[in-house]
Amino acid sequence: MTAAAKKNNRLATIVVSVVLGMVGLAYASVPLYDLFCKVTGYGGTTQRTAMFDAQAIDRDMRVRFAANVHRDMPWDFKPQQGTQQLKVGEQGLAYFEAHNPTNQTIVGTATYNVAPHKAGLYFAKVECFCFTEQVLKPGETVVMPVVYFIDPLIEEDRNLNEVTEVTLSYTFFVMDDEDVNTVTGR
Amino acid sequence: MAHANPTGWKRWLFSTNHKDIGVMYIWFAFFAGMIGFAMSGLIRMELMEPGIQIIPGVFGMDDAQARHMFNVLTTGHGLIMVFFMVMPALIGGFGNYFVPLMIGAPDMAFPRMNNISFWLMPPAFILLLLSTFVEGPSGMDGFGGGWTAYAPLSTSGHPGPSMDLAIFSLHVAGASSIMGAINYITTIFNMRAPGMTIHKMPLFAWSILITAFLLVLSLPVLAGAITMLLTDRNFGTTFFDPAGGGDPILFQHLFWFFGHPEVYIMILPAFGIISHIVSTFSKKPIFGYLGMAYAMTAIGFIGFVVWAHHMYTVGLDVDTKAYFTAATMVIAVPTGVKIFSWIATMWGGSIRYTVPMMYAIAFILLFTMGGVTGVVLSNPGADVALHDTYYVVAHFHYVLSLGAVFGIFAGLYYWIGKMTGKEYPNFLAKLQFWITFIGVNMIFFPQHFLGLQGMPRRYVDYPEQFAYWNWVSSWGYLVTLVGVILFIAVMGITLSRKKTLGDNQWGEGANTLEWTLSSPPPFHQFNELPQIK
Repeated sequence: MTAAAKKNNRLATIVVSVVLGMVGLAYASVPLYDLFCKVTGYGGTTQRTAMFDAQAIDRDMRVRFAANVHRDMPWDFKPQQGTQQLKVGEQGLAYFEAHNPTNQTIVGTATYNVAPHKAGLYFAKVECFCFTEQVLKPGETVVMPVVYFIDPLIEEDRNLNEVTEVTLSYTFFVMDDEDVNTVTGR
Repeated sequence: MAHANPTGWKRWLFSTNHKDIGVMYIWFAFFAGMIGFAMSGLIRMELMEPGIQIIPGVFGMDDAQARHMFNVLTTGHGLIMVFFMVMPALIGGFGNYFVPLMIGAPDMAFPRMNNISFWLMPPAFILLLLSTFVEGPSGMDGFGGGWTAYAPLSTSGHPGPSMDLAIFSLHVAGASSIMGAINYITTIFNMRAPGMTIHKMPLFAWSILITAFLLVLSLPVLAGAITMLLTDRNFGTTFFDPAGGGDPILFQHLFWFFGHPEVYIMILPAFGIISHIVSTFSKKPIFGYLGMAYAMTAIGFIGFVVWAHHMYTVGLDVDTKAYFTAATMVIAVPTGVKIFSWIATMWGGSIRYTVPMMYAIAFILLFTMGGVTGVVLSNPGADVALHDTYYVVAHFHYVLSLGAVFGIFAGLYYWIGKMTGKEYPNFLAKLQFWITFIGVNMIFFPQHFLGLQGMPRRYVDYPEQFAYWNWVSSWGYLVTLVGVILFIAVMGITLSRKKTLGDNQWGEGANTLEWTLSSPPPFHQFNELPQIK
C-alpha cells in the first residue's frame, strides 16, 4: 500500500467513525430526550417527588382535570371532580375513575402532562396511578388517587406570573397483548 | 500506461472513473427528475379546480382512495426530488465530475466505492417506486405521510409494507450518500494538486466539502430515526409510541436534526456553481473569496442548531422559540454575505448574458426571495399561522425548485460544453430559460397568496375561495412543462452535434483547472499533476 493510500484510508476510517458516532447519538437521544423532558418539564412533563415537603404560600391556583383514552382503549375514564382550588405549595388530592366495560382483562398505562406546558416543571406528584400499570378485570371499576402539589418555586419564575390555572391531563393506552400476559400471569 | 480503458457495458457497470460515474449520476437524476416532475403534474392538474377530478380517472379509483393517492404523490414528489434528483445531480453528478478536475486530482480517492455509491441509487429508487404499489394504510396503496414521515402516521397510520419499502429506500440512498461523502472528504483533503492550499481551492470544491461534512453528520441521524420507525412498526419497540413510554415528538426532533442540514446539502453545491458562473461571466475573480468559503462553513454550522423552527407548533416554550428564531435569523447573515458578494462580483464586471449567467442571476434573485419568506417564517408568531400552508410550500420551492434546480440548470449549461465538447443551441437555450423562469414563478408566486389566505398543504381538494390562484398556479405548471420539453430538446440537439469546442469555451474569466483540459476531458487526466502557484 502506498503512503497516499494509507493516508486516504486513515482519513476514511475517521469519517466512518464519525458516521457511526452520529448513529449512536441518534439512539442516545432517546434516553437523553426523556431525561431532558423530566429535568426541564419540557412538553408539560410533571415532576415526581418521593414525599410532600413544601410550604404553602399566598398564591391561588386552580387545577383542572382532563381524562382521555386512546382510540383503541375501551375503558371509561373520567375525573371525579371538576376543578380544585388550592394554594401554591398546598397538597392536593384528586381522584380518577376507570371502568372496564368489556369482558376481557385489560392492562392500561397512562401518559400525562400539564397545560400550560411551562407549568410542568412546577407540578409535582407525590403519588399517582400513572407511575404503574393498571389492570382492570372484566366489568371492574377502580378509583385512582393522585397526590400533587404546585411547587412554590413557581413564584420565582416570571414566565409563569400570569398562570392561575393548570390542567392535569391523562391519556390511557392499552398495553400490548404480550405485556398483558406477563402482568396478569395468564 | 497502466490504466484501463474499458468499453461497452463494462465501462459503465464496473466504472471506477469519476467522470463516467458523474455522467451516470446526471442521467439518473434526469430520469428520476422526470418522474418527480410528472408527479407534480398530477398534483397541479388535480388542484387546478376545486373538487376531485383528475386522480380518480388517472388511477381508476374512488374518491377516498384518490385522497390518499394525492398524498402518495406529494410524498413521492418530495422524496424523489430531494434524494433522487437534486442530490444525485449536484453532489453525485457535478461533484464527481468536477471536484477532481478542479483540485487537479487524477480521480476520486476511492474509485470502487464511488461505483458502489452510484449503483446503490437505482435499487433505492426502485424500492421507493415499489412502495407506491403495495399496501400502506389498510385497503390503500402507497405511503402518504409526506417526505417527513412523522410518527404515528408512519407507524400505526400505515400498517402495510409500503412504508417499510420507503424506509429501506432511504437506508440505501443514505448509505450511498454517506459513502459519497467519505469519498469527497478524503479526495479534497488528500488529493489536491501540489500548491493548491485549502484557501486556493475553487469554491465549488469548497461547497462539496462542506456538503460532505453535513451529510456525514446528519444522514446517520436520519438512518437512526427511520430504523427506530422500522422497529416500532415491526418489532414492537416504542420509540415513538406513548403507550410504551415513547414520544412521537422525538421523531420530529430527530428528523429535523437531519432535515434542516439536508436543505443546505441541497443548496450549498448550487452556491458553489453560481460562484463560478458569476465570476466567469463577469470576467472577475469572485468578490471576497474567503468570505464566500467561510460563509458556507458558517451556514453549515448554524444549520445544525436551528432544526426546531420546523416544529413551532408542537408546544415549545417561549424561550425555546426565541432561541430558534434568533438562530434561524442569524443564518441570513452568511447567506447575505454570499448574495452581496455575488452582486459585488458582477459590479463593474464585464458581464456576458450567456444562458448559464442568466440562470445564475435568476438563482440569486429567486433564492433571495425564498430567503426573505424564510425569515418571515422564522418568527413563531407568523409561523404558527402559516405552518403547513401553501406559504411554506412557496417558500421552500423558491429556495429549492427555483434555487437548487436553477443551480442545476446553470451548472449544466455552464459545463455541458466541457463534458461533451459540444455547444448547446444558444437561442433555444435562452428561450428555454425564459419559459422556465416564467413558468416556475407562475406556479409558486401565487402560492404565497394561497398560504396567506390559509390554504393548507397536503389536501386533494380545497374550498372555492382558493380557486383563482390555484388555477394560475396550475397554468404555470403547463408553462413549465413547455420549458422542460424544450430543455429535453436543447439537450438532445446538443448531444447530437459534433464536438467543436476547444479547451476553454468561455475564454477569459473561466480559470479553474477544468478549463485547462480538452473538452471532453481525457478519460484519465493529470498524469502529471498540475502545479498551482
